[in-house]
Amino acid sequence: MAQTLFEKVWNQHLVRPQTADTPAVLYIDLHLIHEVTSPQAFTVLRERGLKVRRPDRTLATMDHSTPTTPRNAQGIIPVLDAQAVYQLDFLTRNCQEFGIPLYALGTENQGIVHVIGPEQGLTQPGMTIVCGDSHTSTHGAFGALAFGIGTSEVGHVLATQCLLQNKPQTMAIRVDGTLHEGVTAKDIILAIIAKIGVGGGTGYVLEYMGSAIRNLSMEGRMTICNMSIEGGARAGMVAPDETTFEYIAGRPFAPKGSAWDKAVSQWRALPTDEGAVFDAEVVLNADDLVPMITYGTNPGMGMKITDHVPNPADLTDVSAKIALDKALNYMGLQPGQSLLGQPINVVFVGSCTNSRISDLREAAKLIKGQKVADGVRMMVVPGSQRVKAQAEAEGLHEIFREAGAEWREAGCSMCIAMNGDQLQPGEYAVSTSNRNFEGRQGKGGRTFLASPLTAVASAINGVVTDPRLMIERMKA
Amino acid sequence: MEKFQSFTGKIVALPINDIDTDQIIPARYLKVTDKNGLGEACFSDWRYNSDGSPKPDFVLNMPQHAGAQVLIGGHNFGCGSSREHAPWALMGAGFKAIISTYFADIFKNNALKNGLLPIVVDDETHKQLISLAQEDPNTQIGVDLEAQQITLPDGRKVTFPIDGFSKYCLLQGVDQMGFLLNLDPDIAEYEARHPQRVNTLEPVEL
Repeated sequence: MAQTLFEKVWNQHLVRPQTADTPAVLYIDLHLIHEVTSPQAFTVLRERGLKVRRPDRTLATMDHSTPTTPRNAQGIIPVLDAQAVYQLDFLTRNCQEFGIPLYALGTENQGIVHVIGPEQGLTQPGMTIVCGDSHTSTHGAFGALAFGIGTSEVGHVLATQCLLQNKPQTMAIRVDGTLHEGVTAKDIILAIIAKIGVGGGTGYVLEYMGSAIRNLSMEGRMTICNMSIEGGARAGMVAPDETTFEYIAGRPFAPKGSAWDKAVSQWRALPTDEGAVFDAEVVLNADDLVPMITYGTNPGMGMKITDHVPNPADLTDVSAKIALDKALNYMGLQPGQSLLGQPINVVFVGSCTNSRISDLREAAKLIKGQKVADGVRMMVVPGSQRVKAQAEAEGLHEIFREAGAEWREAGCSMCIAMNGDQLQPGEYAVSTSNRNFEGRQGKGGRTFLASPLTAVASAINGVVTDPRLMIERMKA
Repeated sequence: MEKFQSFTGKIVALPINDIDTDQIIPARYLKVTDKNGLGEACFSDWRYNSDGSPKPDFVLNMPQHAGAQVLIGGHNFGCGSSREHAPWALMGAGFKAIISTYFADIFKNNALKNGLLPIVVDDETHKQLISLAQEDPNTQIGVDLEAQQITLPDGRKVTFPIDGFSKYCLLQGVDQMGFLLNLDPDIAEYEARHPQRVNTLEPVEL
């Protein structure tokens, strides 16, 4: 019977299938952990006298509570928050005691967990990958089944390398056509979430397909899969193809020699079969897309950057009306207003959505020779130490610095604002991250989610700006 | 984990759609390494002024709603981050069950693993419960997991879905780790049949 990509990966990892009484038992190929969602799981292991079953299938990094401030004279990134120090030390002790490799703060491979997996070649097609982090969906860009789990489940995987899972449904998201200049992968996913809503993907695994997806780089596909969870889907996937293989080849953990050839032949069998059936389908045309921006307090509250903020009075559903009213009140916006020209205080380029080398190259290209507007703080936070080193080798850091932007150390930074990088109450930010929830980037902070191009264009003008205007100006 | 017992408890309504886990427990409280103290920080940004004083107009601060054990949220409760701190915080704040028309997947899984019962009801019952909680803060409902039913003040019983395995674990007070540990022979057999793809301890040399 014809199978979807998801069904193939699911079936290949069943230790035991689902029964009337019990969920399926799914084997996990790769378990990524970080300091914030793992401590209580290690405590459970100790309480029960358990070992980590497969430290060789586990990798830890430090990213969420780590500072991104520049290194001191000794080359160390100082952590000043005592609670963060304790949490990071606890991860170090846990990794030492249980034999888990750790990419610690300040070391050459450290970075955001969803940047380092692909970068190291650990993320490969057909794998099951989990992490105590909802943006684990990122890894689905390689045709892996990857999803976020809670801390109890982190404990399950540490102890047994397995998870109990009820089989999700499947949703095909087809994006055909060609993107116009200035429109990016970030705009595709913001348009998808605006269409299906913040809960529209709940219970589904998404598969992104169509010519516009095929034509994206791996970085672009990761940006899209990353935000699957913002539509409520735990996982999003893209079928592996030549673009995927080319990205993986030669990376530290990629198969080499004859093992590479064997792996590629297995990966070629993964794409969804002709005639396979999805439980739901959504269609978008890339030709119709323009740069997107969010106006509200969840990623589903997004619109074309040229549109106007919707009016709660136009909504018929009472609870949706209340939600929009509350969101606009928090954001300090009026129904019917345009966001173009809206003054901003901060621009954040970073996060597991948009902090890879191609994101930084695009941002640098647009800001080169320009200045960040007076009164605007722009932070550029590379996704990993390797991304940072690559960007510096290409001179991108100098371009950002000359423009007046801050060039930071690698980490989650202002996406989750638990390391001191945060907005002040009432401040507006254009952010390349993935969440615009109330207080997400700092208590009282107001977030407009957008692409790196929109972020840079807005930084230069000090107001929300359509990046296509800046691209035209750059060409002229 | 304690066995989940049937109970009758006060309800309180927070009828806002898409309540995300960043609201339930803001990220700055995630630097803990245990589960203690999260109840006081539950809904922190909605509940407290910047000087730490409680906001009198926030429903969970109102004295008439003190002691509520069942929270009625809007649609898509618990969306966003995978932080299990969210159910820990809600339980720390005294809740035993959350009612919505649907829950975000990861939040629902996390809640079930901690003995916090996510109850899905139809739109009509949802609206009725919100009205009841707003009209009379002393409204109580019965929650019976064995029968998969809630009992409204007028005696009407509404059934709710739950997967059989989660129900069994909650009623017996056992967590799912034990079940998985008992599958050790099956897991070992799976591992023997499937060659390891990557070894995180050893990068591949050419």
